[in-house]
Amino acid sequence: MKYLEEYRNPAAAKALTEAILKKATRRWTVMEVCGGQTHSILKYGIDALLEGCIELVHGPGCPVCVTAAELIDKAVEIAGRPGAMLCSFGDMLRVPGNHGDLLRAKAAGGDVRVVYSPSDAVKLARDHPGRDVVFFAVGFETTAPAHALAVLEAERLDLRNFSILCSLVNVVPAMEAVLASPGSRVRGFLAPGHVTAVIGCQPYVPLTEKYHAPIVVTGFEPMDILQGILMLTAQLEEGRADVEIAYRRAVTPEGNPKALEMMAGVFRVVDRSWRGLGILPMSGLGLNSGYAAFDAEERFGRAALGEATPTVCIAGRVLQGLAKPPDCPAFGTLCTPEHPLGAPMVSTEGACAAYFHYRRREVERHGC
Amino acid sequence: MCLAVPGKILSISGEGPYARLGKVSFGGVVRDVNLSCVPDAVVGNYVIVHVGMALNVLDESEAREVFDALRELGIEGLEAV
Repeated sequence: MKYLEEYRNPAAAKALTEAILKKATRRWTVMEVCGGQTHSILKYGIDALLEGCIELVHGPGCPVCVTAAELIDKAVEIAGRPGAMLCSFGDMLRVPGNHGDLLRAKAAGGDVRVVYSPSDAVKLARDHPGRDVVFFAVGFETTAPAHALAVLEAERLDLRNFSILCSLVNVVPAMEAVLASPGSRVRGFLAPGHVTAVIGCQPYVPLTEKYHAPIVVTGFEPMDILQGILMLTAQLEEGRADVEIAYRRAVTPEGNPKALEMMAGVFRVVDRSWRGLGILPMSGLGLNSGYAAFDAEERFGRAALGEATPTVCIAGRVLQGLAKPPDCPAFGTLCTPEHPLGAPMVSTEGACAAYFHYRRREVERHGC
Repeated sequence: MCLAVPGKILSISGEGPYARLGKVSFGGVVRDVNLSCVPDAVVGNYVIVHVGMALNVLDESEAREVFDALRELGIEGLEAV
């Protein structure tokens, strides 16, 4: 497909790799924030190509992975209510909460449906006026405009049977949590291209100033990622800490003003509990007071945020870039995509799933 | 979750504030896409689409940036059509 395949050119990837190896005078540790980038890096072996000069640590940019277990418990509870229809993206169904997951809720008779977009759930609410349709809203700023649109559509249609269980998160507070963590070795970021297509570059500037960490916005194809790493390496070698874009075909410095306007009309910034990272102040989006009628927690009660159930799973450390999936004693044995202990093993963007799909044999052969 | 796929706009219908809709082809697979956030997009443009919503129009001239960077490294002849 146009704008995808040409960025998988092996000769170009080789040239970019050689340029990075030439540019780096020491081994730099950088984080790719987005789980989609993590999967590309492992799928194409970019980490192995650069092993001597760049260490890539995997970031918290997997919204399914960072959704609080207590909110999943709330979704499971709602799915069990008579008359309720719980909709979400497919990845959410197998993510374990503290008390089961949505797939089991469905098996137990709950009406749990996978939809492609939040607007599809609005259509279900319109077509089933006797049912309470709840969309479990997860995602970063990339996904927030589609959720805002769904709420606006529901308002326009005057639907009283549609609401969202909101777990939307913002990427910059998570990046700051990584930099502020005492054990962090991260010196720069590959920032997520599609989040930045919405929010633009300005929200990253305070991070570069406060922590002197360079940030390069990148795409998801191997050449995009390698170009981003080359630009990041140049900044690190020169001692610069700027926000740059290596994905200009899809990202402009100002972001998408229409999407931001839509989000600002529907949402407000709220504190959010992140799985593995704890409560981060002003790190999520919640419905603003004018749209409280569409808030599932207003209708069905607030999720009870508290201590997560202790488990052998080290997902929290993996999401902060402090550990890699093979460091976990349960990796590939007690925890697999079929029987996940932690969310990163479930999601198509989770770091544990990426290692399971692309590196399991090496892990088995050599240990961690 | 943040995966977004480039597709070509085949047609546009509806012009309400949140009802700018289009048919978009993803390598031959055609889907309805909401174009409200790309008010300047026209038929024939490529847009980057995430969960049924176009987030931006792909910039054809910027699409060559990485190939320009390669040329600066002295590597020629890789640019795709």
